[in-house]
Amino acid sequence: MNWKRFLAVLKARNREFIRDRSALGWNIVFPLLIVAGFAFAFSGKPMDLYKVGVYAADPVQKLAQVQETQAFFRTDYIQFIPVTELPPAITKVERHQLDMLFDLDQQRYWINRDSPKGYILERVLHGADTVDAPAGGFRRQTVSGREIRYVDWLIPGILAMNMMFSALFGVGYVIVRYRKSGVLKRLQATPLTAFEFLGAQVVSRLWLILIITGGVYAGADLFIDFSMFGSYLLLLLVFTLGAVSLISLGLLVAARIASEELAGGILNVLSWPMMFLSGVWFSLEGANPLIQKLALLFPLTHIIDAARAVMIDGAGLAGIGTQLLILSLMSALFLLLGAVLFRWK
Amino acid sequence: MAALLQASSLIKRYGDVAAVDGVSFGLEAGTCFGLLGPNGAGKTTTIEMLEGITDADEGEIRYRDKPVGTEFRNDAGIMFQSTALQDYMTVREALEMFGSFYPRTTPMAELIETCALGEFLDRDSRKLSGGQRQRLLLAIALVNDPQVVFLDEPTTGLDPQARHNLWALVKRIRAQGKTILLTTHYMEEAYELCDEIAIMDHGKIITRGSPKALLAEHFDEVILQLPRTDILGDPAELPLPVTVRGDTVEIPSRDINTTIRVLLDHDASLAGLQIRPRTLEDLFLALTGEALRA
Repeated sequence: MNWKRFLAVLKARNREFIRDRSALGWNIVFPLLIVAGFAFAFSGKPMDLYKVGVYAADPVQKLAQVQETQAFFRTDYIQFIPVTELPPAITKVERHQLDMLFDLDQQRYWINRDSPKGYILERVLHGADTVDAPAGGFRRQTVSGREIRYVDWLIPGILAMNMMFSALFGVGYVIVRYRKSGVLKRLQATPLTAFEFLGAQVVSRLWLILIITGGVYAGADLFIDFSMFGSYLLLLLVFTLGAVSLISLGLLVAARIASEELAGGILNVLSWPMMFLSGVWFSLEGANPLIQKLALLFPLTHIIDAARAVMIDGAGLAGIGTQLLILSLMSALFLLLGAVLFRWK
Repeated sequence: MAALLQASSLIKRYGDVAAVDGVSFGLEAGTCFGLLGPNGAGKTTTIEMLEGITDADEGEIRYRDKPVGTEFRNDAGIMFQSTALQDYMTVREALEMFGSFYPRTTPMAELIETCALGEFLDRDSRKLSGGQRQRLLLAIALVNDPQVVFLDEPTTGLDPQARHNLWALVKRIRAQGKTILLTTHYMEEAYELCDEIAIMDHGKIITRGSPKALLAEHFDEVILQLPRTDILGDPAELPLPVTVRGDTVEIPSRDINTTIRVLLDHDASLAGLQIRPRTLEDLFLALTGEALRA
């Protein structure tokens, strides 16, 4: 490794990125949009989970009356919606737009037999008045603690997903463009080695990803105040190793391809399954075991698992050792394969 | 004297096609060697094998009588037929970056002066004119104070003024004692710049020597050119070796007086008569049997 050559390429790549105002602008604006979107979506009161229509001649007054006498109509996280016409309300139940519908005058209710929410609501209806009483011999115990909201669970995934797109497309695409335009061929004619060139690309994208991820983290925290129970240093380690593994994957994809269209297709084939199967938006708990095993092949899965463990569970180094080891091995494997397969032309 | 750079029996195949088929030649130190040939003749593949950009399937390349390696890479300056630089890079930054790749460099001031880059040092390299861009690429090829300079069709696409400017630069580089390997489509360029040329076709060198020696070896006549309309009737019926090229009739002749007499006997007008010596282009066409392939 010749550091002078490495630093020259690193400097040139950084300069190219910083001077490309559209790319720079997008890399700043996109995280801001993410933060703004989260602030908008999660800064209000918690959303109701169920929607129940209430029909009567005077539904508002009747609802107020039953709420005094029946516990079900006081249940938290159920939104009770007064309706004045029955047939359209029944249609909404058929279409799952309402989870349940009551006709308070006739003392009857509708649920859609295909709706899981309707099923749960019906169970709640029948058990609502017995919650404080012993049920089946079980005695009620309570604990208190800070709530882990969906947004707390989601933020690590969003940060990692943003990193993934920046790493895969920011490195893979650029190298393919260099190859197609002849930049790589010109560099090949110098004493610069492939390792020096690829190393500079990794470092250049790494610092950028870490700065942007830090910015999104700080911005989201300002608006949403999400959970962070672990060490910031450990989280930085997770994101650094994660970014290196994703950048290396981008290098591997770009090792030989000279078509931007093909590179874009392959990068999409990699990034979309990762986005949905690595647990960014929902947990794979209970999913098909094959899908769960497939997800373990993706670096994003391990980044998100480790980041959630640090941020939500306050895990230490030992708690995320497995994920860090896997990310390190993946980085080494992708880098090695990328360097071996790399072609300048 | 051993050649500074020696190519021996180079072969490069793409599938069943031999793009380069047993090419051998040597570059003497301080000379300019021209590699000519129609499109697809194998010039660029040959030069890329010498540059180390493409691996030869067979054959050997030796620099200073040793297999090419790090020393050669540090001593070689390369100007490709078409090269892109990274975006948003100024002329100065490009020179600095390429300079940092080598252990030995040409002083920046000398490079700027040699290639006349002073006026646009801080300009984005994408915003240079064709001639300015070729001068920058030549400067990058010279950034490491090379002993051997490869110029692959350096003036293709340039206007006549820019082309002559670049020729002046190449002559200057040659005067500094550097060894140059040049490929070109322009016969005039080869004649102007090269001490020795080789003409390639179908992956083989079909002739080589100094331009003057090759012309003397292959031709002992001059060409009489007449406008087609100056000859009454069909030019092919003249008792002369006539070639019609568009609106012009060309007649090679070892005895101008006799040829003119024949023309006058056939009532040809001599108002538009021009007499020129044989050129490299004539040699090129005679050897490759075709016009430059587009």
